[in-house]
Amino acid sequence: MYARKSIAGRSVVYGSALGCLIAGGASGQSAPAAGSVIDSGDTAWVMISTALVMLMSVPGLAFFYSGLVRRKNVLSVLMQCLAIVCLVSIQWVLVGYSLSFGPDKAGLIGDLSWTGLNGVGLSPAPEYASTIPHQLFMAFQMMFAVITPALIIGAFAERMRFLPFCVFTLLWATLVYDPVAHWMWGVGGFLRAGGALDFAGGTVVHIVAGAAALAATLVLGKRQGYPERIGPPHNLPFAVLGAGLLWFGWFGFNAGSALAANGLAVSALVTTHISAAAAGLTWATMDMIFSRRPTILGIISGAVAGLVSITPGAGYVSVLAAMAIGGGAGIFCYLSVVWLKVKLGYDDALDAFGIHGIGGIWGALATGLWASKASNPAGADGLFYGNPGQCIIQMKAALVTLVFAFAASYILLKLVDFLLGLRVDEHAERIGLDLAEHREAGYTMLE
Amino acid sequence: MKYIIAIIQPDRLNDVLEKLTGKDILLVTVTPVMGRGRQHGIAEVYRSHREAGTLLKKTKLEIAVNEAFVKPAIDAIMEGAHTDEVGAGKIFVLDLHECVRIRTGETGSVAIG
Repeated sequence: MYARKSIAGRSVVYGSALGCLIAGGASGQSAPAAGSVIDSGDTAWVMISTALVMLMSVPGLAFFYSGLVRRKNVLSVLMQCLAIVCLVSIQWVLVGYSLSFGPDKAGLIGDLSWTGLNGVGLSPAPEYASTIPHQLFMAFQMMFAVITPALIIGAFAERMRFLPFCVFTLLWATLVYDPVAHWMWGVGGFLRAGGALDFAGGTVVHIVAGAAALAATLVLGKRQGYPERIGPPHNLPFAVLGAGLLWFGWFGFNAGSALAANGLAVSALVTTHISAAAAGLTWATMDMIFSRRPTILGIISGAVAGLVSITPGAGYVSVLAAMAIGGGAGIFCYLSVVWLKVKLGYDDALDAFGIHGIGGIWGALATGLWASKASNPAGADGLFYGNPGQCIIQMKAALVTLVFAFAASYILLKLVDFLLGLRVDEHAERIGLDLAEHREAGYTMLE
Repeated sequence: MKYIIAIIQPDRLNDVLEKLTGKDILLVTVTPVMGRGRQHGIAEVYRSHREAGTLLKKTKLEIAVNEAFVKPAIDAIMEGAHTDEVGAGKIFVLDLHECVRIRTGETGSVAIG
């Protein structure tokens, strides 16, 4: 996500101590450092990327997910996505941004000095991005903070009550997403200080959401009639539309994370796209091997898995590595969705853990394998370039994130369940959440 | 008066309508339906979800006819929808108790055609 540009004072040195990082711009205030000038190309590109990442939430993820549920729940999924965009955006500008990127406290969290965007002005914050306005960096980050909780919807779709969902989302954004974002991307964050590589959010977004998704499947339990009596996706064309928009928006997610309109952004754009393509083909091939027909759901699931997996390494690996990463995503995510989930029996309705969780873990590890300073001098070398240590760092970061996100999400879910009740009652689940929770119908049957 | 319900393969609809028109039977109601007979379904796969595929898409026609048109209607449907494979469909003939034309209020045989 953040500019791995080799500008004095800001390049992350592998294994460097906390102090070296702080030297580059400790206060986080928006007074421009010397030589820090707004670049209109960089600014334009990151503004567009901000919009692209927002597009990934709505309509991208919204239609990807809602096409996969049964007709009677289509609106509930769309509503959850829209609600998250609104809720988390507000939370972000009030406290979320400060907690994630604000002045560091013990390597664990930002403080509240940027509450309400106090001090977040239009001149750059050089410790994050020296050529774009600070508010733009904040806005770009906001879209990541928004889409991450939206991914979890896939796990509890078709059975969660709306108001408790809103409460959970706000708590989760503040207590789970913001800390992890700080650890990996905030100045002073301990994962970043430890040299973990996460270009655009493989751990912060996908592992965290995936872990929360797994927790949600356990706390909420299976849908009535799962697995034999659950109907198929009601609108696969919607799902394809959504997946296409996700792919399109991902150029902003990954290439935008270069925070500049430069060669690194281009490199990330190319690796992102190729990983998606390789993964789509791989999943379709797995389909042919195991079900004898390639499917549209398979190829789009593969493409999304490929996009997830390249996210942590987009700006650190080569194109050929991206192909391998996408191929691996197709294989591992396919197996976790079609075999692991069935074997373990949990109801991850839309495979949020299977695609984002597993894909994010694979991506984090793959970055440890294929990262190369030839692709990005400000990054690091991975195992295949003579540095096995990066793998260990990646594994640790993935593990820490996974365990924290799972545990914290589980606790929060249990808490909200205890206070408010998470799951709809039997009757509501049968008639569908659109009618039960929103008194609306997605499609008219009669004129 | 009789009421004919025919379940046919969806791709045969145009053939059947053509044959019916050829026998001067123009009034018909058509509905897409799902059904199950002795034909095996097509199993569908969606990631880890496997549909048993017991129901298949069919098309239902409903035609109200006077006695004289019962056999022509059945013949027309048979010509248009027949195949040698299992799954061509069925024709049901019911007694029709009353028929009313809404616009004019006519009843009985006059109201059918």
